[in-house]
Amino acid sequence: MAHDLAKDHADGHDHAHDHDHKPAFFARWFMSTNHKDIGTLYLIFAIIAGIVGGGISGIMRLELAEPGIQYLGWWANFLGESNASFDQTLHLWNVLITAHGLIMVFFMVMPAMIGGFGNWFVPLMIGAPDMAFPRMNNISFWLTVAGFCSLMMSAFVPGGTGQGAGIGWTAYAPLSTYGSQGPAVDFAIFSLHLAGAGSIMGAINFITTIFNMRAPGMTLHKMPLFVWSVLVTAFLLLLALPVLAAAITMLITDRNFHTTFFDPAGGGDPILFQHLFWFFGHPEVYIMILPGFGMISQIISTFSKKPVFGYLGMAYAMVAIGVVGFVVWAHHMYTTGLSVNTKMYFTLATMVIAVPTGIKIFSWIATMWGGSLSFKSPMVWAIGFIFLFTVGGVTGVVLANGGIDDNLQDTYYVVAHFHYVLSLGAVTSMFAGFYYWFPKMSGRMHSEFLSYVHFAIFFVGVNLIFFPMHFLGLQGMPRRYPDPGPFFQHFNEMATLGYKITMVSVLIFFVNIIYAFVAGKKAEANPWGEGADTLEWTLSSPPPFHQFETLPIIEDAAHH
Amino acid sequence: MSSKRKTALIASAVALFMLALGWASVPLYRWFCQTTGFGGTTMRASAEQAAAVKPVARTISVRFDANVDSNLPWKFAPEQTTQTAQLGARTMAVFLAKNTSDHAITGTASYNVSPDEVGKYFTKIQCFCFTKQTLQAGQEVRMPVIYYVDPSILQDDEAKAVKQITLSYVFHEDRTSSEKLGAKGLDRAATAR
Repeated sequence: MAHDLAKDHADGHDHAHDHDHKPAFFARWFMSTNHKDIGTLYLIFAIIAGIVGGGISGIMRLELAEPGIQYLGWWANFLGESNASFDQTLHLWNVLITAHGLIMVFFMVMPAMIGGFGNWFVPLMIGAPDMAFPRMNNISFWLTVAGFCSLMMSAFVPGGTGQGAGIGWTAYAPLSTYGSQGPAVDFAIFSLHLAGAGSIMGAINFITTIFNMRAPGMTLHKMPLFVWSVLVTAFLLLLALPVLAAAITMLITDRNFHTTFFDPAGGGDPILFQHLFWFFGHPEVYIMILPGFGMISQIISTFSKKPVFGYLGMAYAMVAIGVVGFVVWAHHMYTTGLSVNTKMYFTLATMVIAVPTGIKIFSWIATMWGGSLSFKSPMVWAIGFIFLFTVGGVTGVVLANGGIDDNLQDTYYVVAHFHYVLSLGAVTSMFAGFYYWFPKMSGRMHSEFLSYVHFAIFFVGVNLIFFPMHFLGLQGMPRRYPDPGPFFQHFNEMATLGYKITMVSVLIFFVNIIYAFVAGKKAEANPWGEGADTLEWTLSSPPPFHQFETLPIIEDAAHH
Repeated sequence: MSSKRKTALIASAVALFMLALGWASVPLYRWFCQTTGFGGTTMRASAEQAAAVKPVARTISVRFDANVDSNLPWKFAPEQTTQTAQLGARTMAVFLAKNTSDHAITGTASYNVSPDEVGKYFTKIQCFCFTKQTLQAGQEVRMPVIYYVDPSILQDDEAKAVKQITLSYVFHEDRTSSEKLGAKGLDRAATAR
């Protein structure tokens, strides 16, 4: 793609960029309007939030390993209860599951995928100098940070039975209304308002950037698939998040201003909250995985040295997933008393999503088929992603059945399912994207060896955590209980061992980053070879502070 | 207007529209339930409309279920546990309610029928649940409900097999009446704990 032009462009930077100075530290990182710097901030923020959210799962995994309550009491006192009662101790469990869910969804996966990689690479891949609204970009980031602070503060104020918001990430009424007194739940809900507002602004920014700032010649059907994935994600955010905002605002007024939107005593209906929540919540799970799909497409294509198989099918499969994703929400509510016909519809509609998803899986495999494969670290992670995501997808088809779900709802089978698609699927794709783009972002090469070790240990660890959960779920172990009892001990011990193994792999990840900055080789503009043909590889590593001041021109022969 | 600004404005309008739709879902959901009988929402008919319905020679069993919100010091029970109702014929059931507290309380009843698919055939002509009920301290009242089961239930593939309908009520303290506002919402939760 546009090789000579890229060279001209790079030469241009040597001469004409005396003004390419970076602002001083505070102005650069706290008042940033540069998409790459904001992307970096998002990635750092997501890693910090990931450590907090992952640490919380550590407390939970240790507690679940043995029957009885071992660690929660200590943690309840550590977090500020004085001599926590048994109820307060158990309340901490609800606080932990709530915080883990909200942090991982809103403050780890979304900031990393959309804020981090999206900000960094959407402008680079479409040949734009920056995002459409750089200052709004800055507000989006800091609103997300403020939301995280609000959620963290909620842990230290009263939330009903004990300190903190114990309402689950779903915040169902009436538990989240008159079931949980005290400011903790208000803090938690407000954190969603802040993060949601930030994400909506981010979505508007991405849509405007992608529609208006593509380089000359880059039609929508020539955009790299990662850009397509972010575009579809931005639309999902734009349509889904305001509904959540409305629903949680009604929760706030039910809690504080005596409305009864979700209280039957005043003519409201708590089930309505579930409808609103899942009208947002189901598209939300695609928001978390679609950018991952995009990254995997880039990576598979790069390391197979051929364009993605069925480019248009891949792009419109994502559009189809986004559209159908809005009409399947009640499969999260099979046990709320839906009629047989309603259940049949939602079962069918949910299973239909397996078709575009299957198109994507098979197209990735078809891309590799006959390709000139090289198993660099991003490719290894990408192949791991395909396997793990497919496992989660298959259990998703099982759970889509209204009849089966009556048995499996709220068991660890569901926990296993959504962690395979999100914890393993989304996180694996983020590590794949990280190793793919880290040389571009930092200008340093990570250690391929450490990346392989990271992958191997991570793969063993996460499967050891989550695969036994299928068995636990089928045996009837319920979600959201701190003490599952001796009957479930065997597989719980196994899962907790898996957690410890996974933490070793995360440690190796950090060692790898430190290695790259301390001793890593300088990265070339394109360390991955001719397969990496998108525009970001035509720039230096790291790219100049301002890029594409002369717009690149995309020729007709350019492939994706 | 620059094209960037135009795109951003359209996108913002979409977001605002979805926000408004979130709020509009409250009346829309109520309308949807009342129209389709979703979630076992019962239908309502005037006496004239009911008179136009011709009874048919088929009966169905109706079971009555009465509950009280744990914060409401009332007793509330059906006078009859079950009734055999002729399809299309007006039938009356009576509930007994008693205020066991030492002050007057206004209550309001929420209701539905089970199984869900009979909601659109279970039609009430008159019901204590249509209005708020105020009981003085210690007062006991008989509360009637007049209903019929629409004979068109026999044409519904899903609902025609139903042998017994359960009509369920929950009495709540009315939290919308003006003197109850103030700290009432918090009180309710405090007692719930």
